[in-house]
Amino acid sequence: MGDSIQWIKHVELYVNSSATPSQQAASVDAIATLLKNDLLTLEALVREMDMYLTTTDSIIRSRGILLLAELLAQLTSKLLNRTSIQSLIGFFTERLADWKALRGAIVGCLALLRRKIDVGAVTDSEAKAVAQSYLQNLQVQSLGQHDRKLSFQLMECLLDSYAGAIGDLGDNLVYGICEAIDGEKDPECLLLVFRIVENLARLYPGPSGPLANFSEDLFEILGCYFPIHFTHRKGEDDDVTREELSRALMLAFASTPLFEPFCIPLLLEKLSSSLPSAKVESFKYLSYCTTKYGPDRMAKHAEALWSSVKDVTFISPQSTPSMESKLVDGMSFLESDIMTQALVLLQEVIRLYGEFISLIIGDNDITVYVNSLNQYRQFDDIPVQGKQRLHAVGQLLSACVKASVASCNKAFESFFPLLMDGLGLSVAKSSENGYLNEDGFSPAKFNFGALYLCIELLAACRYLTVTLDNLTFAYFPHQTCCTMLSIFSNSLAKALISLLRSSAADNPQSANVCFGVKGLQILATFPGSFRPVSKSIYDSILLELVSIVTSSCSNTFLWTLALKALVEIGFFIDKFPDPEKAASFESIVVEKIVYLIASNDSTMPLSLKLQAAFEIGATMKDFMLRVVRGLEDAIYTNFSAVYDHRNHESAKLTVELLDTYSQKVLPWFHENGGSEEIPLNFSLSIWDKMEHSASLNIRCLEIASELLGAVVTAMKKAVGSCLEDSQEIIINKAYGVIFASNVSGLTGFTSGSSTLKEEEWQQTHNFSSSSSRDEWLISLFASVVIALHPQTSIPNGKMILQLFIMSSVNGHVPSAHALGSLVNKLPLEITGIDSSRSLSLNEALDVIFHSFIGTSRNDSTSGTDGSEINLSGLRLSTVRIQSKINTVIGLAWIGKGLLMRGHEKIKDITMTLLSFLSLDCEAGLSKQFQNPIEVLEEDMHPLAKCAADAFHIIMSDSEECLSRTYHAIIRPLYKQRFFSTIMPILISLVVKSESSFTRSMLYRACAHVVSDTPSTAIVGEAKKMVPLLLDCLSILSKDVLDKEIVYSVLLVISGILLDKNGQEAAVENAPVIFNQLVELTTYPHMMVVRETAIQCLVAVSQLPYTRIYPLRAKVLRAISKALDDPKRTVRQEAVRCRQAWQVLT
Amino acid sequence: MVSSLINANPVVYEKKERRTRSAPGDVDEYAVEPIDQLEIFDHIRDIKDPEHPYTLEELKVVTEDAIEVDDKHSYVRVTFMPTVEHCSMATVIGLCLRVKLMRSLPPRYKVDIRVAPGTHATEAAVNKQLNDKERVAAALENPNIVDMVDECLAASYE
Repeated sequence: MGDSIQWIKHVELYVNSSATPSQQAASVDAIATLLKNDLLTLEALVREMDMYLTTTDSIIRSRGILLLAELLAQLTSKLLNRTSIQSLIGFFTERLADWKALRGAIVGCLALLRRKIDVGAVTDSEAKAVAQSYLQNLQVQSLGQHDRKLSFQLMECLLDSYAGAIGDLGDNLVYGICEAIDGEKDPECLLLVFRIVENLARLYPGPSGPLANFSEDLFEILGCYFPIHFTHRKGEDDDVTREELSRALMLAFASTPLFEPFCIPLLLEKLSSSLPSAKVESFKYLSYCTTKYGPDRMAKHAEALWSSVKDVTFISPQSTPSMESKLVDGMSFLESDIMTQALVLLQEVIRLYGEFISLIIGDNDITVYVNSLNQYRQFDDIPVQGKQRLHAVGQLLSACVKASVASCNKAFESFFPLLMDGLGLSVAKSSENGYLNEDGFSPAKFNFGALYLCIELLAACRYLTVTLDNLTFAYFPHQTCCTMLSIFSNSLAKALISLLRSSAADNPQSANVCFGVKGLQILATFPGSFRPVSKSIYDSILLELVSIVTSSCSNTFLWTLALKALVEIGFFIDKFPDPEKAASFESIVVEKIVYLIASNDSTMPLSLKLQAAFEIGATMKDFMLRVVRGLEDAIYTNFSAVYDHRNHESAKLTVELLDTYSQKVLPWFHENGGSEEIPLNFSLSIWDKMEHSASLNIRCLEIASELLGAVVTAMKKAVGSCLEDSQEIIINKAYGVIFASNVSGLTGFTSGSSTLKEEEWQQTHNFSSSSSRDEWLISLFASVVIALHPQTSIPNGKMILQLFIMSSVNGHVPSAHALGSLVNKLPLEITGIDSSRSLSLNEALDVIFHSFIGTSRNDSTSGTDGSEINLSGLRLSTVRIQSKINTVIGLAWIGKGLLMRGHEKIKDITMTLLSFLSLDCEAGLSKQFQNPIEVLEEDMHPLAKCAADAFHIIMSDSEECLSRTYHAIIRPLYKQRFFSTIMPILISLVVKSESSFTRSMLYRACAHVVSDTPSTAIVGEAKKMVPLLLDCLSILSKDVLDKEIVYSVLLVISGILLDKNGQEAAVENAPVIFNQLVELTTYPHMMVVRETAIQCLVAVSQLPYTRIYPLRAKVLRAISKALDDPKRTVRQEAVRCRQAWQVLT
Repeated sequence: MVSSLINANPVVYEKKERRTRSAPGDVDEYAVEPIDQLEIFDHIRDIKDPEHPYTLEELKVVTEDAIEVDDKHSYVRVTFMPTVEHCSMATVIGLCLRVKLMRSLPPRYKVDIRVAPGTHATEAAVNKQLNDKERVAAALENPNIVDMVDECLAASYE
């Protein structure tokens, strides 16, 4: 019984009107849990609650009933037995009469009515009893908003789930609903009201039912809501949008044809409203209602509909010339919503009610207009209104044609011959063997208006054929419109071609050209078996377009149009496969374009050729494959020309070809799921070329480095898009080539010795002494290694590693990239039999540290933390500053690779870099030389600077390597981690450092780290960072060369100032920040620095008043100087800043 | 307070579209961009009319062509056109123009504000008042006038 006391407490809490809503909700949940877990039965609950449910105190009674109802609402998935449901629904039905405790009754009814049949539901007769009680007792409109909403939900639920049961209430029900919804104003309730009407109409569909008697009354209630228009701005809580409401009303309007006599006149009347949205809505509703009411009912409104459509389209076209109109064809208009909806309506009406089209065809105005097209002979002579009207008529005709096959036939019958006459083409002429003498056609007589309408008709007809289903489609070729089209198409195509030729010559930018091309494109893209143009004409259209693409590249407008048309035709073949057309397209277009790439004629720039080739190729995979083959051939030929004959021109061409290959073609295959054969073969062929060119000496060419860059990028992209297996093939091939060709310095390693001798360093310390072929080979090899997957196994890793170490120490940066990639991707441990050939990360690191820093890790097996880097080794093995700088760059990239995978060896690298940076090896170094003067401190400065810049390499994202494209292993948040480990070290070094140079270098390193760290990490540390950053700024702003760094540090500061936590830190340092910012407002070397500094000053003006007011005078003085800045944007910012400080009184 | 508006129904013109300057990209870092007509116009076009919720540009009180500027000699002259001849707001508008330019231009500039000839009944008096340093300073000591000016200028700092 202890339990029962527990839950009775909850009941009391709920019924108690002083409890908070959340407490009440908690108690409902608590009791519901008991009920769900069968710890309490429903019968027991009701029995115990007896007093609360029947008391004469209406407040307690209503709470009690509501509690029971809400509990039921929570038990929707619990099985209840018949008796419980029966007694409960009986209770709630009866309670509907109790207006003082109504909410509980409604909620309870709803909860019970919504139950699924498998857990025990209400029977039909019980539902009917609920409905009867509802109609008898509820005065919906006299209730509050929430109760109204609930009662509408109840009614909707009844109509939805128990339609059969309440159907025989008949007139009573309809009348009751009319009464309940009359005068409703709340949007949420209205949404329900509209749905109720819709359901009601579904319940009584017949023309002679209860609804028929009340349809006028019902529509009178509904009609006054049209058009939906919110006069007040939306409140926060009601989230019913105008669109939702309008849609629901539309469904209600169209729910039964019985509304037609009242609805259509109302909508037609509203068309004359001055509110544009009302017009749009009316057209939208009309289209929808037309579909629902059916043609029979709509027939009598046909004339009214047509005149309303004609009004907004033909009489006063509601359109504005679109922005690109002038550029493209002068005929593209932005239609207003009204016009768009009117055209939708027109198309819908014609589709349902075929006779409607006779209204349009018979319309005197339209006929007169089409007959008088002569006034639109010359495009340039037509005023804007004329163009608008022409556009409108075009749209009208196009809507007629698009509606249905029958309407298309009729429209063609009545307008097409007229238009053909206008173009100077007649059946008689074209039937002479279907051959038209091209010279006989004179474009001077060409009628632009007729051309435009004709193209619109064709476009619409094409649209219709594309949307037809298969059955209709089979009959389509025998339709009138098709026959007519076939008769004229040949002559039309020829006319268009000759129009193009003649007007391209004298006025290349004319609208004629534009529509000529468009017409040809449409003629060539009729689908499938239905072909208005014969094969020969199809071919000649393609030929014409191709010849434009190949020959008139100087006329950009025409060239672009023609290319676009060809691309469209290509896509069309891809979408509606047709072997015959595909064959023509391939033989005429693709072949020609591929030939174009290879051809050497210089009339057309290569970039255009490549654009054309790529765009045409992109239409279909087969075409792309052919284009790629052509492209590759061209690359190989030009490549050979470069190194056999040192042909400068070819080098330029090769660069361009390679760029297209790597920037467009490879990504295309990547997106469209091409096979990896293409990149694989490409890289293998490049390696073949390298293998067979024994002496490659192209250093003399100015463009050599650019060419190398292009080849390397293409190689990287190609290898990057291969999978592991193909990558293995490539790297084996590359390895073979590189070791067969005796790259200098390599022989020393192959003997097995892995220590770098000083003499070897001397021998090969600079690439200028080694042949450029070696540079090529190593760069290419590096690019292969950079793009490998982590899983790809690398043959003879040690040798490769030595090769890269060697060349990176000699100043070859791509080798450093490759080293970075290697340490990023090598496996930690090697498992399997193959271990002798492959390389693990630890081994690699051993070799690297050994050669770079001159010490080896003796305990490579005992763990990863056992190594100390002995700097003296480094001092011994390197003799020149330059090679040390190279070492530093190499270490930076290796460090980056390690950092990204989260390897702890990064620690050793950073410590080495820091020791270079702070030059604490200085003293030791000078001791090694007999003559201390040999190493001056100044000589070491570039090295220290380079070490500081190494932090930039480590932190920044690189395009060259170690990115997602090149499959790098990237640990999340690695930048933050590095930031938080390195910063304390740097700060302590700054404090300790004695020489000002070292300090400035440390600041430089800080600046690099900070500017690449995500701002959230920095803001967290703002208090520590702000003073440091300000010192960075004051030191870095002294040198012009550091302006980029200054800018990035300033951006970090502005990030801090805009953040809330950051502002707290800024308050503490306010005077220092001010001085620094004020100083930077006159920074002479970079405009954006001044601009950002001023923006920061604006941000600072938001800091607490007492801290900043003393600084006001100083800022205003500085700003008045900035008002005279040479740059306009700075002056604008200064005005804003001045105002922000001015109002600070 | 004035109970009725001086010009109850002014003609409102369309705003001119904002001309965008040539996009910065490869501009010379050290090249000087002199202060020109459009820049001055950008400063004053969004000043609100004292009695209507329209900007001076919309009422065509100021136009770009009515601004003369000589950056070398640090001189600018703005000629404005009151909407009606007897407009008592002319002095307030003139004061707004002067204050805005004072705050937006470098101190080396001499600013000359004038009513367009023939557009105001007491043209000479207004011109004299607007270009008298003492009287401008005195006006800006008056908190009511300063409030009014600040209200008109508020929108132009956006």
